[in-house]
Amino acid sequence: MSAIPTTKIGENGTTSIKLTINGKEVEAKKGATVLEVALGAGIYIPTLCYDPDLKPYGGCRLCVVEIEKMRGLVSSCTTPATNGMMVHTETPRVNQSRRITMELITVNHHGDCLTCAKNQDCELLKIARYLGIEQEYIDRLRKGVQVLPLDESHPAFIHDPNKCILCGKCVRACHEIAAVGAIDIAFRGNSAKIATFGDKPIAESICKSCGECVARCPTGALVPKWEKPPAQEVKSVCPYCGVGCSIYLGVRDNKIVSVRGDPKGETNKGSLCVKGRWGYGFVNHTERLTVPLIRIPGVSRDAEQDKKADEVFREASWDEALELVAKKLKDYTPDRVGVIASAKCTNEENYLMQKLARAVLVTNNIDHCARLCHAPTVAGLVQSFGSGAMTNSIDDIGDAACILAIGTNTTENHPVLAHRITHAVNNGGKLIVANPYEIDLCRFASIWLRHNPGTDVALLMGMMRVIVDEGLLDSAFIKERCENFDAFSESLNDFSLDFVERVTKVPQGKIVEAARVFAINRPATILYAMGITQHSHGTDNVLATANLAMLTGNVGKPSTGVNPLRGQNNVQGACDMGALPNVYPGYQSVADPAIRKKFEAAWTCALPSSPGLTLLEMLEAAYHKDMKALYLIGENPMLSDPDIQHVREALAQLEFLVVQDIFLSETAKFADVVLPGASFAEKDGTYTNTERRVQRARRAIEPIGNSKPDWWIICQVAQELGAKGFDYAHPTAIMEEIHNLTPSYGGISYQRLENGGLQWPCPTDDHPGTPVLHTNTFTRGKGRFIPLKYTPPREMPDENYPLILTTGRSLYHFHTGTMTRKVTVLNALKPEGVVEISPKDASQLGIAEGDKVKVSSRRGKVITKAKVTEALPPGVVFMTFHFAESPANILTNPKLDPVSKIPELKVSAVKVEKL
Amino acid sequence: MSFEEIKEQAILQWKTMQQSENIRILIGMGTCGRAAGAEDILDVLNQELDKQNIQADILPVGCIGLCYAEPLIEVIKPGKPSVFYGNLTPELMSEIIVDYLIADNPRSDLALGTRGEGTLDGIPKLFDLPVLKPQVRISLRNCGNIDPESINHYIANGGYEGLAKALRMKPQEVIDEVKKSGLRGRGGAGFTTGVKWQFCHDALGDIKYVICNADEGDPGAFMDRALLEGDPHVVLEGILIGAYAIGAPEGYIYIRAEYPLAIQRLRIAIKQMEEYGLIGDDIMGSGFKFHIKIKEGAGAFVCGEETAMMASIEGRRGMPRSRPPFPAQSGLWGKPTNINNVETWSNVSAILAKGADWYAGYGTEKSKGTKNFSLAGKVVRTGLIEVPMGISLREIVYEIGGGIPEGKCLKAVQTGGPSGGFIPESLVDLPVDYESLTQAGSIMGSGGMVVIDEDTCMVDMTKFFLTFTQAESCGKCIPCRWGTKQMLDILVDITEGRGRPGDVELLQELAESVKSSSLCGLGQTAPNPVLTSIRYFRDEYEEHIVEKRCSAMQCQALISYYILPDKCQGCMICARSCPVQAIEGGKRMVHVIDQDKCIKCGICLDGCPPKFSAVVKVSGTKPSDIPERPVPVVAKS
Repeated sequence: MSAIPTTKIGENGTTSIKLTINGKEVEAKKGATVLEVALGAGIYIPTLCYDPDLKPYGGCRLCVVEIEKMRGLVSSCTTPATNGMMVHTETPRVNQSRRITMELITVNHHGDCLTCAKNQDCELLKIARYLGIEQEYIDRLRKGVQVLPLDESHPAFIHDPNKCILCGKCVRACHEIAAVGAIDIAFRGNSAKIATFGDKPIAESICKSCGECVARCPTGALVPKWEKPPAQEVKSVCPYCGVGCSIYLGVRDNKIVSVRGDPKGETNKGSLCVKGRWGYGFVNHTERLTVPLIRIPGVSRDAEQDKKADEVFREASWDEALELVAKKLKDYTPDRVGVIASAKCTNEENYLMQKLARAVLVTNNIDHCARLCHAPTVAGLVQSFGSGAMTNSIDDIGDAACILAIGTNTTENHPVLAHRITHAVNNGGKLIVANPYEIDLCRFASIWLRHNPGTDVALLMGMMRVIVDEGLLDSAFIKERCENFDAFSESLNDFSLDFVERVTKVPQGKIVEAARVFAINRPATILYAMGITQHSHGTDNVLATANLAMLTGNVGKPSTGVNPLRGQNNVQGACDMGALPNVYPGYQSVADPAIRKKFEAAWTCALPSSPGLTLLEMLEAAYHKDMKALYLIGENPMLSDPDIQHVREALAQLEFLVVQDIFLSETAKFADVVLPGASFAEKDGTYTNTERRVQRARRAIEPIGNSKPDWWIICQVAQELGAKGFDYAHPTAIMEEIHNLTPSYGGISYQRLENGGLQWPCPTDDHPGTPVLHTNTFTRGKGRFIPLKYTPPREMPDENYPLILTTGRSLYHFHTGTMTRKVTVLNALKPEGVVEISPKDASQLGIAEGDKVKVSSRRGKVITKAKVTEALPPGVVFMTFHFAESPANILTNPKLDPVSKIPELKVSAVKVEKL
Repeated sequence: MSFEEIKEQAILQWKTMQQSENIRILIGMGTCGRAAGAEDILDVLNQELDKQNIQADILPVGCIGLCYAEPLIEVIKPGKPSVFYGNLTPELMSEIIVDYLIADNPRSDLALGTRGEGTLDGIPKLFDLPVLKPQVRISLRNCGNIDPESINHYIANGGYEGLAKALRMKPQEVIDEVKKSGLRGRGGAGFTTGVKWQFCHDALGDIKYVICNADEGDPGAFMDRALLEGDPHVVLEGILIGAYAIGAPEGYIYIRAEYPLAIQRLRIAIKQMEEYGLIGDDIMGSGFKFHIKIKEGAGAFVCGEETAMMASIEGRRGMPRSRPPFPAQSGLWGKPTNINNVETWSNVSAILAKGADWYAGYGTEKSKGTKNFSLAGKVVRTGLIEVPMGISLREIVYEIGGGIPEGKCLKAVQTGGPSGGFIPESLVDLPVDYESLTQAGSIMGSGGMVVIDEDTCMVDMTKFFLTFTQAESCGKCIPCRWGTKQMLDILVDITEGRGRPGDVELLQELAESVKSSSLCGLGQTAPNPVLTSIRYFRDEYEEHIVEKRCSAMQCQALISYYILPDKCQGCMICARSCPVQAIEGGKRMVHVIDQDKCIKCGICLDGCPPKFSAVVKVSGTKPSDIPERPVPVVAKS
């Protein structure tokens, strides 16, 4: 590694310096720029190109100042402040220069301020007024405005080059923050302008639509198409992935009219992705459920989904609907009833759901979609470390010397977190990508391991064997902090590199190189997502990552660890709150009598002691008519679960199904009663993001129509069922109860969350939260190495089904599309699902780009379009599961991981035929 | 093979060639020669030699600097001084072969001069000619003398001696030697080369880079191209010495893609160096390791600026960034980097081989050594020259350049390319050194030198340079991007008769602002032509703005053509040749130019028979008695 002590401008050091600005002595941290010091000291210096998140640029030249002993005018945004510096920010020379620069902008700018979308937020206008630009001066100059065509190709924003002042913020945001590089400055002189590659419309470029450029444009050159200035802004949390970006919702007339990233957001620092920026159209969508619905008697649940809603349901009052739900649920014994909670609901609501199941329905049959994503994480990491969550924090990924990103297409699924990865690479960190798909991160990777789907254990064990054989392991860490190393070490014997190469199809040399790079560059962190978990041996995969982290001593320190990236905004919280069949909130076992006693006392009831059924087990029980009634919130198994045909049959067998959602989802159409919930924007609550950070979301608008917050509905159902202890006035009261019963949330309260999120464990009111787990000891005491064996996926390609189907998600859509498919911008950017196929397979099957094809597996068939892409290796095809029109999960294999009961969504054998 | 053995072999080869009984003909095959038709001359030469059955060795060489005389050959008959012939045509080439090679008549009427021992009647010594006599050739010492594609030629003429000597010294001693020589950056900024090397040498870094700036972009400048085409090894040797002194194992030559011949010759040279172990992992057995890559630039002028150049090498858009950090601390890929231009590097080997004191013996107190210039414009002898610092502009223009063609008057000399300034005729005795030129409002620049005569309109000329800098501004800084545009728009207005009172002051205000608030050298110097033309030729601005007159008759919008009624004989020649039918009149009628239709092409003026001289070109005034409609010619009484 380089050892040059270069001065990084803008990076605040620790040494303190003193300088004088306009005669006033100012203290500053070494490394700050003159501009930063001045702004920090309350001395205004106009600037159009400075942005605290971007590298110093020095383009607008408005921030020029005079510094004694320095020649001429210097741009304060690029000049590091030094001890004893004498700075003058408003000398006649400075003012003259600024005035002329501003005049030059003015004569080259369209002056339609009143109709400009930027209007009151326009930095240019503010500075023009600050500098006091006068008409008389402007009239001396030659008017230089050229009329360039607008680029309106993008569904979300407009690029008006006539209002561009070329400050380069958009370009820098695209390169430095989003690491996309869709735009740059093209041409020279007066013709210079912001352009995409080949000066094509932005919609035809590689733009990922994150809108970082739009958010940072100081003028009206990049403006959203649909936004209106809000009457007020409400701080909340993005409702999409598990990164948990902090946002401000702009509200006007009970509508969301704008969204912006919170610059102080701990996880996003102001950034947002395409969904987080533009994906709010669902909130005020006309198809929102606004009243409770009850199935019309005689309309079979099995009826085809294309029946209109009003042919299936009738509208009902809340009283009638709640009464019906309670009456029906009372009919069944506890083992005949199941509850499915939601990773999209708040912690408080998930807490209530499991309380309802356990305390009122007296069953542990409670689960949620974490079963389909990170059940192996919980199962695996608890075995290895004692805690099944991300060990480290999002922010410290940026400082890692090495990142292994395995089974995660981070830029598509956790886009804002991916910024940290590219930052780490830009800071000299090494990135190892392990993925069969050539994901975007491969552009930044030192090593890309393209292993066969389902061979992660072999790949990781192969790497570990190299590390052990070459003595690159952290012996001291293993000796002091871990156990069972010898047994594990022995299990490495099965993984000769010949064997690993044969199984994974990764050349041995690359495995050796990856092992060395990972072991040598410390701190090293492991990031993974569904590519690791959604396998019939998902838990083994997780254990392998934990073994690798312990083997190299990469646990318990900043920028290390095993970091499962959670998919939904509150999937971590739903797990934390005990929406799982075997644990109460805070992963307290239902089988532990002492703990059960604690909850029985708190809830004043008797609780069942045996763990309940998992999600797919409940559906399986329904299929066999053992499960009679199901209360399901905000989940859509009709698209999200494997082998949908089977799911459909199972749901059809139920005697009573309650679905609580904000839209009439594919699953809701099967319900007997549909309860209209409120969206995230319409209720108070907390969400826990992937890094265990509990964050506060706030009601921004009134619930749409007669919909109600989910916590309110659950309480009403419980009370209808005659339960006590469900009379909360506000979610804050629910959090108090959580706080009392859940040690890891013991220090979390709404009051504390006003100052920002808190990362659990946060056991007491004065505990600052825990950014890094297992610092001194593992949660379970010693870290446990687990010996592993290689198990192939349950269904491998054969003559009839010669291709492997692997599924995943698209940047532009979320989960089953319940929300994103209602958003015009996102639908325009990604209107339909496709099956991606390698050029070799495509040509062998006579398939061309855009052809209509049939994809079939042993479980069903899907008609969709083909997309031919080099990103896939021959033998593997890829689909997303967002689209009801081409539901990939018709095809997927419901075979379960024996430990965590996650289905093998990532590997199924299929065939593809041209239609 | 050791370097000593390589050298012996090279000298042997050179001597064998020198002592050969064959006739040798050197032909200037640089881009300048080729542009003037050297390829045709070569064809004729080959054909004639074949036809006459003459055994001769033909050696393509680089530019010797006498561009005005291209195509140029040097004919060497054994035992005689060589003879230079210039301005060749295929016919002259044939004549020379027949007359000199066969009939032994050296054709003193065609010969430019001789070189070598002995004399030939009626032909002066080439280096005694006024064009060459004031010149001192250090950087250009081999140009036109050796085959640029032969490393042996270079070595036989003392090549790589400087490197060999440097490798026997400590890096710090090399730096000290270069410091002592007083060599300053020949790219134009004039920073002391040794000090620059010292910064990079002292910077901490696991790897360092040296870069050769061959992105010569000034309009009319061709010093670096000619040097790289004529003697690539002299530059490479300098780079190697610098890399050794600084401790850089890798280097880049950033050269514009428009210089294909120079690139080709560099590639050949590098390959030859590899074969001789002069580049690689153990250079001359000293353990010094150095590799070099050629990066072709796409032709943006701003990429000649150090930080923009590094961005371009890194694969980004070539745009300058602020300093600090300076390249010596954080340059290419964040590593310490030293950038010098072609000419600076080309001086290093001689400094090492002959010593700093020898080099410092040329030039002035603060500007040591020599400087290359592309002498162009309104001067009799254009070409590539190398002169000792401190020489006066007068010597350059009048002795080397032979004065102004057609006996016209010198108006100004423009130095420093588009970022330079105009030095008026009144300062013609100004010594050419960094400080004097700066004081006069111009800059040394990389070596463009344009001579301007009385027929040039200074406002128009300023507009020309601004058009260039405006088009080449990278667009990053507002003052540069729109300030140059604003100045250009005003200059266009002035030259087209739309100048307003106050424009000169406005130009000055803008120019000062662009100069002081731009980030990089391009913006900081782009206003120089405006400022110096106003400083020395303000009256020309005033006449354009106030009188709508261009006394140099260059600004088309301000000139008019009229037919004088007392001279016109109604011959109809002008009317017939007018491309836009702007001239009315009939036989024996006084012709009249319709001023609205006239496009001011001047064909009528050129076509009017001299005995009549009835058409006049004027600016700002209208001759009296010009009729509105054609009238009959009044017969002379």
